[in-house]
Amino acid sequence: MTEFLRKNKLAFTGLIIVGLLTLSAVFAPWLMPYDPSDQLLQDRLQGPTWQHPLGNDELGRDILSRILLGARVSMRVGATVVLLSGIAGVLIGGFAGYVGGKIDTFVTVVVFNSLLAFPGILLQIALVAFLGPGLDRLIFALVILWWVGFARLARGQVLKVKTLEFVEAARAIGASNLRIFIRHILPNIIQPVLIQASIAMAAAVLAEASLSFLGLGITPPTPSWGAMLNDGRNHLFDAPHMVVFPSIALVLTVLSFNFLGDALRDWLDPRNL
Amino acid sequence: MLSFFLRRLLMTLPVVWIVITLVFGLIHMVPGDPVAQMLGEGASVTEVERLRHELGLDRSLLEQYRTYMSGIVRGDLGMSFRNQESVTTSILTRYPATIELAVAATIFSIVLAIPFGVISAVRRGRSADRAIGVVSLLGVSLPNFVLGPILILLLSINLGILPVSGRGGITHLILPAITLGGALAAVTMRMVRGSMLEEIRQDYVRTARAKGLSEKVVLFAHALRNGLIPVITVLGLQMGALLAGAIITEMIFSWPGLGRLTIQAINARDYPLAQGCILTIALTYILVNLATDLLYSVVDPRIRYD
Repeated sequence: MTEFLRKNKLAFTGLIIVGLLTLSAVFAPWLMPYDPSDQLLQDRLQGPTWQHPLGNDELGRDILSRILLGARVSMRVGATVVLLSGIAGVLIGGFAGYVGGKIDTFVTVVVFNSLLAFPGILLQIALVAFLGPGLDRLIFALVILWWVGFARLARGQVLKVKTLEFVEAARAIGASNLRIFIRHILPNIIQPVLIQASIAMAAAVLAEASLSFLGLGITPPTPSWGAMLNDGRNHLFDAPHMVVFPSIALVLTVLSFNFLGDALRDWLDPRNL
Repeated sequence: MLSFFLRRLLMTLPVVWIVITLVFGLIHMVPGDPVAQMLGEGASVTEVERLRHELGLDRSLLEQYRTYMSGIVRGDLGMSFRNQESVTTSILTRYPATIELAVAATIFSIVLAIPFGVISAVRRGRSADRAIGVVSLLGVSLPNFVLGPILILLLSINLGILPVSGRGGITHLILPAITLGGALAAVTMRMVRGSMLEEIRQDYVRTARAKGLSEKVVLFAHALRNGLIPVITVLGLQMGALLAGAIITEMIFSWPGLGRLTIQAINARDYPLAQGCILTIALTYILVNLATDLLYSVVDPRIRYD
């Protein structure tokens, strides 16, 4: 791994940024120079200064503090959505692939096709719009839609692995189906799931930001990078820093997870190199 | 060929039905009362009950579903809560603007992706390939709500060469099309590169070179023609996603299309209008996918659903 990271500079950069981001998300309350909700009206729309390195927004709130707390929100949404949809997807998709037959047909034909018949963001918008805004509802809506991606992947992998000799050997020595699935199949399908998780993390951060940008995600005063960009859109003429800094934070995060996903794929499956 | 077209068309019908039912389900089955949400927290029970009756929401779910389905078959998507206008008329008025934007974004992405994708494949591993790779990864990672404001900042506010928002002539179309098509260009570029790398290793390319054809003819007339087949699928699938992605782009540039109407309807809690918009975008997505499948079978006659 160390050798791989030394050779793959993009992966190394991605890992460093993701590490920093995780730290800033965890320690945001202690790292923030100001309370992100404090309205310093005398500093409203002010560009970067020594007191406020990333400037202030239209209500005079410190943008650096809001970006740091926004990282916490983004990472929380990303991690929760990926974890929950990953577990649900692997279990449902894996089970369908393992048992096969009518259950598999139902899951693939009816469930997958209905959820994939919509363009992703449209269904997210529809679901969040009808559920109402808020962090938990946003996470719920994303999990409802995202487990399908993991389920499809897991099902495909299980179909491949379940015909291998070691599974037959386990069955021959009398292992139960549950034991075969958990002890023998799951560990062998986890690699592609991890790659998918890294890429899904980037997509979840983006999805949260997109929905918050449209005013359908995180509700004020909780800071979200998407909502900050939406606020900044109205001040492009007089306070462009309101758009520039949240954009940099968001793009760096998404790029890092994408770099990491690409690198994980190359590391775990060197045929892609 | 005709029977394949008809069979593929028939296979789409259940998906259309599922989508219509899901959209109906979204509004009727998710927790929360749309009428209470429409009227706000201060509404009395009598007011809620009266509006519920007016909108037909006090009838059984099956009855509402029947009315909804029969309306869709007749092309009637109901009346908007907000301004009592026909939802179908509102959608039809805004639809051309969204299609115009989506088509412009697709053209932009094709024009950018094909030459750079080919260069990247031909120069594999060299600095040009690496630079294009980084730019395309950046393109994939740059969401349209980041790209849009940055383009406005650079080209409209600082340089003053393009309008900030609205729909008008071709100049109004440039920034929204780049914003919407940026990510598609990046994805297509990666796809063209991958596909071309496969093709230039094939025997027929070696034969073409051995015949003494120029490199340009070998690449563009031979390899690219075959290399574009998988790209068409990606473009088709992405074109559908583009229609949904137009929602954000239309909001950024105040583009008077279906996407902006959707968000306006959602914010105004105008459920029939929101429902109609979502349904229209989803059905367009399905139709584009169907057209892609059919086009794919025309381009590559080996593709059949037997």
